[in-house]
Amino acid sequence: MSARNKLAITTPSEREIAMTRAFDAPRALVWQMFTRPEHVRQWWGHGHLEVTVCEIDLRVGGAYRYTGRTPDGMEVPFRGVYREIVAPERLVLTEIYDVPMARDHEGVVTTTFTEAAGKTTVHSVVRYDSKETRDMVLASGMESGVASGYDRIDELLQAASREAG
Amino acid sequence: MSRNLDATFAALADPTRRAMLARLAEGEVSVTDLAAPFDMSLAAVSKHLKVLERAGLIIRGREAQWRPCRLDARPLQEVATYLERYRRFWEDSFDRLDDYLKTLQQQDGRQDETHERTKDGDHERSHERTKDRSKHRRSNERRDDRRSNERRSHERKK
Repeated sequence: MSARNKLAITTPSEREIAMTRAFDAPRALVWQMFTRPEHVRQWWGHGHLEVTVCEIDLRVGGAYRYTGRTPDGMEVPFRGVYREIVAPERLVLTEIYDVPMARDHEGVVTTTFTEAAGKTTVHSVVRYDSKETRDMVLASGMESGVASGYDRIDELLQAASREAG
Repeated sequence: MSRNLDATFAALADPTRRAMLARLAEGEVSVTDLAAPFDMSLAAVSKHLKVLERAGLIIRGREAQWRPCRLDARPLQEVATYLERYRRFWEDSFDRLDDYLKTLQQQDGRQDETHERTKDGDHERSHERTKDRSKHRRSNERRDDRRSNERRSHERKK
């Protein structure tokens, strides 16, 4: 199997989580993967969630809704509103993890798509209303994130277990 | 549990404390030795240690005079497990998107060949085919988009 493009996750500030990932496809096509529900359904949450709802009203002010179901039957609902749509370059949307407590905190996701040498790089930054929200998302939501500084955790754990063993 | 996690995150947010943990991962060490690489007072070091201790990341010996510090990896394990899960969520999603893009582009390539063969033919026929092959609808639409773009640029040239 050919090597995968690598996912990079960092925390550029204490309120943000950033992800960068390249795809071997033209930008216009990758843009569609993120903006058309029939495509999003094909990959979002793959291996973790069965997509039960995927609705996209791709207009500024238009809403979207993604819901997935975990293997043990828990619903994981996300929703938000499109704020900026510059096809196929830039997408800004709000994101709410739609469960009690969490739904009071909104994230703003800015995604840029850049193409070079037939590859499209997707760079996505989620900015939360506070550090607490971000950490809550990291701790309990379905958002991803490994702080750049936390990359040492693996190192630490390995060293610690060597020590213990 | 989530409160513990908050404390762990807060403790890990500081580069000095992470460096201290890295040092402690190598084994038990005294406060003086722990402070040595850092350009800071013992008081400042002991403040960092208190944060780490509150987060349950280190255990400090009470008995010995030099109060050795020792790493407790359990909270780290907890955080790493969480973070690892979220990383995997996106990694798995994007890997799947890779495969899906590959499939779409292969289909698209095949259809472009068909398109080449029929580009002088009438549009009705090609449209009918599009309807028949509904599962390939999207890539056909893309092709149509592209075709109309080509047409537009052709018109501009005229």
